Amino acid sequence: MRKVTKNNLITFGGTTALLAVLGVLMAMGKLNNMVSGLTVTIGIYIIASTSLNLTVGVLGELSLGHAGFMCIGAFSSATVSQMLMNVGGVPQWLVFTLAILFGAVCAAIMGVLIGIPVMRLRGDYLAIVTLGFGEIMKSLFNNIYLTQDVNGLHFGFTNPPQNIDAATKVEILRGPMGTSAPGLTNFWVVAAVLLVCLLILMMFIDSKSGRACMAVRDNYIAAQSVGINVTKFRLMAFTLSAAIAGVAGALYMHSLSNMLPKKFDYNLSILILVYVVLGGLGSLRGSIIATIILYALPELLRNINQEIVNARMLIYAIILIFLMLWKNAPFFINLREKIKAKFKKDKATDVTSGGAEA
Amino acid sequence: MKNLFKRTAAAAAAAVMAMSLAGCNNAGTSSTASDNYGGTGSGDIAGTTSGNGGKLVIGGIGPITGGAAIYGTNVKNGMQLAIDEINAAGGVNGMTLEMNFQDDEHDPEKSVTAYNNLKDKDMKLLIGTVTSGPCEAVSKEATKDNMFMITPSGSSVNAITSGDNCFRMCFNDPQQGKLEADFIAEKLSSKTKVGIIFDSSDSYSTGIKDGFKEEAAAKGLEVVVEEGFTSDSNKDFSAQIQKMVDNNIDVLFLPIYYTETALILQQAENKLDVPVVGGDGLDGLIGVLKDKVALADGVYALTPYSATASDEKSVKFTEAYKAKFPDADDPIQFAADAYDCVYAVKAAIEKADIKDANISSSELCDKLKAAMTQIEYAGVTGDSKWSADGEVTKNPRVMQIKVTDGKGSLVDL
Repeated sequence: MRKVTKNNLITFGGTTALLAVLGVLMAMGKLNNMVSGLTVTIGIYIIASTSLNLTVGVLGELSLGHAGFMCIGAFSSATVSQMLMNVGGVPQWLVFTLAILFGAVCAAIMGVLIGIPVMRLRGDYLAIVTLGFGEIMKSLFNNIYLTQDVNGLHFGFTNPPQNIDAATKVEILRGPMGTSAPGLTNFWVVAAVLLVCLLILMMFIDSKSGRACMAVRDNYIAAQSVGINVTKFRLMAFTLSAAIAGVAGALYMHSLSNMLPKKFDYNLSILILVYVVLGGLGSLRGSIIATIILYALPELLRNINQEIVNARMLIYAIILIFLMLWKNAPFFINLREKIKAKFKKDKATDVTSGGAEA
Repeated sequence: MKNLFKRTAAAAAAAVMAMSLAGCNNAGTSSTASDNYGGTGSGDIAGTTSGNGGKLVIGGIGPITGGAAIYGTNVKNGMQLAIDEINAAGGVNGMTLEMNFQDDEHDPEKSVTAYNNLKDKDMKLLIGTVTSGPCEAVSKEATKDNMFMITPSGSSVNAITSGDNCFRMCFNDPQQGKLEADFIAEKLSSKTKVGIIFDSSDSYSTGIKDGFKEEAAAKGLEVVVEEGFTSDSNKDFSAQIQKMVDNNIDVLFLPIYYTETALILQQAENKLDVPVVGGDGLDGLIGVLKDKVALADGVYALTPYSATASDEKSVKFTEAYKAKFPDADDPIQFAADAYDCVYAVKAAIEKADIKDANISSSELCDKLKAAMTQIEYAGVTGDSKWSADGEVTKNPRVMQIKVTDGKGSLVDL
């Protein structure tokens, strides 16, 4: 078996197994409220971080505006699901499927539009443009008002639309007050969507296009010289990344009942980037593991005692710093080498069993 | 080397999973499991022998880290003060109260996690959440579970509209805007041309502004300029201030928080000399202006409580708070709201005659939501009554900042 295939099988199989275990425990009612709640959120963040890994890891470009795509996915899907719910008679699963797809399509379209200029840039310039893009998306949805009444849809920019029929008024987008969506996201939906997204990402990375992207990442000029249409492949990966981020945004929106555009700010982009970087660039498995650990950690610290609860963000920060050092500081690299050498001597078999589980 | 890192990470992931699964055990255990978590880190609660009725766990959720931490900390302290007082006086109907307060970082997502966590720790009712956005998310969950909740300070309309299990201690945003328009129309009757600077990216600010404009039109006030800013451009207000000057406004209405207000006051010095009226967001203005406090002289603020207010109940609360938390800053209205919430809940529990802390949260909710509409509670923030939709009725209180000898204080008119 090829190494890539084997690697992908481990990641996909491990994720499926983990989800299956959680699913069974949940169905049996053995999971407590917090863990059940967390699985949904973490699942959504995994979708977001693996999609960002496509841009940052595979394409090799630092994108600081990933939350912008989630924002588009979130708000466009909320618009669709609210309107369909208002119509009535449409089954919930159809509403949700259409909403997620619409969110993905909107984010993809935006990905193409923003990608056309952005994918001509590289490095720092690209990072700055994506940073700006994320902020623009947030501000845009901060100013859009959409209200439905008996006469149809009314659109307002910076101010709510006027002359609305008060009796049939339904506010869909409320500018800075955000929007609300029916709470349709649950564990099973997230699990299914997560696996589908993971499969798409793996197939893309292991395809001709994916390898072209990696060639561009590793040596831009060499890739160009062998006839790879650099901008095309970069645009393709960027758009796919945006679309999946849109899916994450749609799920996120439908998991919380209300959402403000403010949520999709620079901090969220950075948070997801942290998951990708600490998980390892280009490694989907790494992103999944890092997201689980880094998201669950501060929440699980709640369970210890009130003093820890008060200091948990401090502990989280210390762990982040430690992880960074562990990955990059020469001292720790040496230490790891030494430990590794020891394990090799001992031929310890018990350590290897851990890898496949996660 | 790379491989080993992966292995370590995998082992850590497995450990985390194990930890989280270990947490599951708590869900099944009996109602007294909460002891392990130490109520609030306060020895005096743990030391009290619980009454015959057992321990009733009151959950609290709010930001105690991050930018809004001051609000959550005040609510936490206010709750703790009230709960300790009640327990010292023998509890409620033989039951001892116990608080478990969780941080939400002013984030709806974290807030829901905190709520789920509290449910696992046998929470019977919720005081919270502190801020509006998270409150909207948590209230939907609470309605699903039929969990009684009362927010001390979540002021957006939607914070409590998800069901009849939700109540509120403060005014909602449009209500506050309306009251402020009434105040300007009645007390500053010669001032009819109003200028507004508001934060268009903030639901609190926009909500008050909308309520204000509606009432202003009805009361014959004219909103001549309405200038928005966003949380990304909240440092330079010269353009907005110039518009106010150009339009000759009589009164400046600031439905915003104190940090921006302080900047506006400083930048408007010597340019704009009109009365300034603000909402409860101005609580904290004196502290942030420091030696420039003279700029705030005469500013009106609609706020239910101030640490420098001289009425008997406020003074008593302020002294008790300072005695209990000598290291903390002076309490702001959030602390008073939270303190009142606990006592209002106590009054409702007594009214509903609940004696056993082992009651299920849903049954408790049914009884409390009926009792809440029947009680009248005279608290630090005013004499309050609740309607079935959860909104409070109490007298609005407008205070004014008075500066004497370089020291500012918020006093009743």
